[in-house]
Amino acid sequence: MLLFLQSLTNGLNLGSIYALTALGYTMVYGIIRMINFAHGDFIMIGGFTLFYSIPFMDSIGVPKPFAIIIAILVCVAVGVLTEQIAYKPVRGHGSMTALITALGMSLFLENLALVLFGTTPRNVPAMFDLPNITIGNISLQGKTLLTLSIGIITMILLMIFVQKTTIGKAMRAVPEDRIASALVGINVNRVITVTFALGSGLAAIASMMYVTSYVSIKNELGITLGLKAFAAAILGGIGSIPGAMIGGLLLGLIEIFVKVYLFPSWYEAITYGLLILVLLIKPTGLLGRKDNEKV
Amino acid sequence: MNASYKRHYLINLAGIAVLFALLCLLVDTGILGRRTEYIKGLAIIGMYSIIMVCSLNLLTGYMGEFSLGHAGFMSIGAYSAAIFTSLLALYEISIPAPILFVISLIIAGAVAAVFGIIVGIPALRLRGDYLCIVTVAVAEIIRVMLCNLSIPAITGSSTFGKSFAGIPKIADFHYVFIATVICVTLMYMYIRSRFGRAVIAIREDYIAASASGLNVTKHKVMTFTISAFFAGVSGAIYALSITSLLPTYFSFSKSSEFLAMVIMGGSGSMTGSIVAAPILSALPQIISYVNADFASYRMLIYAVLLIVIMIFKPSGIFGSYEFSLERLIDKLSGRNKVKAVTATGGASTEVSTTAAGKDDIGEVK
Repeated sequence: MLLFLQSLTNGLNLGSIYALTALGYTMVYGIIRMINFAHGDFIMIGGFTLFYSIPFMDSIGVPKPFAIIIAILVCVAVGVLTEQIAYKPVRGHGSMTALITALGMSLFLENLALVLFGTTPRNVPAMFDLPNITIGNISLQGKTLLTLSIGIITMILLMIFVQKTTIGKAMRAVPEDRIASALVGINVNRVITVTFALGSGLAAIASMMYVTSYVSIKNELGITLGLKAFAAAILGGIGSIPGAMIGGLLLGLIEIFVKVYLFPSWYEAITYGLLILVLLIKPTGLLGRKDNEKV
Repeated sequence: MNASYKRHYLINLAGIAVLFALLCLLVDTGILGRRTEYIKGLAIIGMYSIIMVCSLNLLTGYMGEFSLGHAGFMSIGAYSAAIFTSLLALYEISIPAPILFVISLIIAGAVAAVFGIIVGIPALRLRGDYLCIVTVAVAEIIRVMLCNLSIPAITGSSTFGKSFAGIPKIADFHYVFIATVICVTLMYMYIRSRFGRAVIAIREDYIAASASGLNVTKHKVMTFTISAFFAGVSGAIYALSITSLLPTYFSFSKSSEFLAMVIMGGSGSMTGSIVAAPILSALPQIISYVNADFASYRMLIYAVLLIVIMIFKPSGIFGSYEFSLERLIDKLSGRNKVKAVTATGGASTEVSTTAAGKDDIGEVK
């Protein structure tokens, strides 16, 4: 029972990290039909920012959790700059070009981190000092519960933002029909920039969750985490915001439960195997819509 | 045989022979002194990269689908060749090196092709980004498999999985060159064949292609299998020249690197792949050889180069241009136009779907 509950919270926690990252993939994909491979690296950047900003906040006497604000700002800046410098010029040159540019950007950020921080993994200082929560004989890590709730609150806020605000509605309108949205006065370029900013901000929160639970970061974090989050986005149906959340949570739960109960060293194979299976049964993912092609 | 074809084959054969002679002169006579071994190593890396990148170009350039998991098929080939040669060594069966080389390459390719069929039949129902993530997933599963499965003590010291050492080094420079030429020729012939043209038609418009009676799935699976076969061959050359294997080498980054080479060279241009693969695979090595301080910057430079090419020349360096020795000779010698028309006119009906064909038509006009 104890193991089950711990696995459940861990699974949900990892799932929220995947979900927050997958949201970044899915929102960008929905709007410009491009897989932003560099998105995983935004999390790595968020992690390294926290590595430096947490001690900094501590030294100037500000409570440590405020370090996340710096991380969000840095991630948003990197996200928007990436879009403006690398992605904007190749827009309209076809999906293959966009994909390769994104791969190049990912390679660039990863190797920039390699040059700046080296290959040794860094341990990010703890952000929250919370005791373990004990109910009866079950003890759960306080920080995991906290990050889990932050993750879920962020996702709820995002849903409200996308459903209720004007810019959120524009973000849903542009993927539907880009030309028509421009006609009704939506500034498409601005919407794209906002999408990137939002996605990168979510990546910063995901990196906060990651470093709280897993502590150690290195420059390859972006690829391993990003690839799984991308798989989560596809699993949920890429382009669909609720799909990304469900896909992420599902992937996290599956991964932790397979790791704990079934085959510890095979969990990655199982995760990807399930992904393939789902795609074969439902080729557009769980919540994805079918694109009907006109002949 | 048509006379113009005969001339075509002769010219190309002569071109390859001259190139081979030049390379042999470079590596066999010791002109380069003590750097010979290093250059030889670079050349072998370049050549298996050529096979790998061309095989990926079959998918990306001609079939119009991404594969971001091609390193998975390469690893299958590499491990097949490694296990095969190690088993032979274990049972002390000795086969002359050239024959052993050929057999291991074919076995490696065949095993990879079988995997290609297994993956291809279900996966090719998907398209675009969904297919892309399935290829990634397959490559990751293969990697996890290679990390975890173990057939202990195939060779005295090593175990299958995790790492594999002590593979006999039979990939001699000359064999590799000949193998590369044969592989590239076969792939080029496939594209120029009936099947290749069908695949290009499917890329252009799969609905129209299937409406005109082409079996889309069959052609796609066939191309995928052929591509996997050559990826396997490339992996075998890798295994037999590097002599040790790590499953982590065949990662997502490796796959994306190969895809980047295809796109930078020009997707849909074999010439582009043949030029881009050796340069881009050797570039990081050369940068770190020239200046050791630069070693950590090499991939950074590579990444910047990639983005800059994508921004300024999105179709890649060569676009869909194909180099033709025959055309070059015609141009240089100023062969009269009438002959050029008859020579290329026959070819252009054959290959009118490829860019090279379009060029020819342009010349005729």
